[in-house]
Amino acid sequence: MIAVKEGVGPEFVLLMLFVVSLLYFLGQARKGVHFKIRKIAGLDAVNEAIGRATEMGRSILYSTGLEVASHIATIASLTILSRVARRAARYGTRLQVPSFDPVVMTLAQEMVRDSFLQEGRIEEFSPTDIFYLSGEQFAYTAAVEGIMVREKPSTVFLMGYFYAESLLLAETGNAIGAIQIAGSDAVTQLPFFIVSCDYTLIGEELYAASAYLSGDPIIMSSLKAQDMSKAVIWVLMIVGGVAAFAGSPFFLAWMGGIS
Amino acid sequence: MKTKGPVLVAFLAGMLMISEYFLDVDWLGKMATWIQKYYIIIAAFALVIGVTSLVRLHATKIRDKNKGWGFSLVTIIGLLAMMITGLGLVSQDPESNLPLRGTDHPANLWLYDHIQVPLGATMFSLLAFFIASAAYRAFRARSPEATLLLLSAIIVMLGQVPVGEAIWDGLPQVKDWLLDNINTASKRAIMMGVGLGMVSTALKIIFGIEKTYLGGGDG
Repeated sequence: MIAVKEGVGPEFVLLMLFVVSLLYFLGQARKGVHFKIRKIAGLDAVNEAIGRATEMGRSILYSTGLEVASHIATIASLTILSRVARRAARYGTRLQVPSFDPVVMTLAQEMVRDSFLQEGRIEEFSPTDIFYLSGEQFAYTAAVEGIMVREKPSTVFLMGYFYAESLLLAETGNAIGAIQIAGSDAVTQLPFFIVSCDYTLIGEELYAASAYLSGDPIIMSSLKAQDMSKAVIWVLMIVGGVAAFAGSPFFLAWMGGIS
Repeated sequence: MKTKGPVLVAFLAGMLMISEYFLDVDWLGKMATWIQKYYIIIAAFALVIGVTSLVRLHATKIRDKNKGWGFSLVTIIGLLAMMITGLGLVSQDPESNLPLRGTDHPANLWLYDHIQVPLGATMFSLLAFFIASAAYRAFRARSPEATLLLLSAIIVMLGQVPVGEAIWDGLPQVKDWLLDNINTASKRAIMMGVGLGMVSTALKIIFGIEKTYLGGGDG
């Protein structure tokens, strides 16, 4: 007999709704339906930012944040890195990826190498440009700031999960005049990025970035599933609000299962 | 085959972790713990790769006498000092005769307390200056939105300190209202989007829709 854990019912229902809507939009994408996705200025600026580095003959600096490879924001950041790397390889622009975690460094090295390979520029790939710095928060910050000040990259990407170092990194990038695109789901750090960077991907935009940049309708179907789930949450909030005002305990008790 | 194998592994591992979250099955829990332990083992091996990368990078800078090579030398010396004292290679506990490892070694503890901690604190303290410069840019009243932000910031900052209450005793309440309603509502909206984004990214990887992490991507 397989027992279901207590209190996970609402989460399971919402997850299934997400999976069903994902499969539906995936089917639509395979039929050739074109999805309309709202413009995200920060992602539209990615090409411009890489182009700027190429024109100025300077490098691109990409930080994947201060989390480990199993952190979902780091995974999202790595998928964006792959797409940035392809464009950097296409334009022949140097891409530096200082890493906080050795597993992330290894993954980033592989992904960037593959991106250069796919662009037919494998001879221009330099594995030493994707390097490990430190697992200490401020040692990493100091090292990245040092690279920014010494090498003056034209474009800085800060994508992933950041802590107190977010403002230190973003302000240094601002001081050297780099065009900066940040993306994070760290709610407490977002204001710092918004103030100091040219473009900021707020929360879910970080996760949407890879699909958005790919332009592939199959991958973009997940964005439509997200929108559909948002609509469901919106309805649940209204129903929950009305139920709470009406004094009905059922809905709140059911949702109360979500910790 | 280059991508099919890893996609299958991601699918099986992902489904296992999801099942473990929802189902109360003993062997699923054990399998999930086993997978998580493997991550730690892989990370330990990767640390060797990381340190090798660090040493290679700085050794090249020292060898080629690149600009700032002296900093690289400091990095290598620091790495070796912490490694030698931390691994327990140079001294033993006189009572147990066991090697003194990590911060049990007095030299390692001294290096940590007198070099690493102050350096970290110095970096952290720089935040105060960066916050001032960032706040100056953010709070310039150039548009109605920026003016609103400036006013909110003044209320929140004054409401947070005793002088605010001395100016007007209702200020802390206004501050609390702003934080509990406007600020919390915005934060929750972002967090809901983040939650959906996380689920979406995880499902894309589990179902093999997103394969960029296997290398390349499509442009």
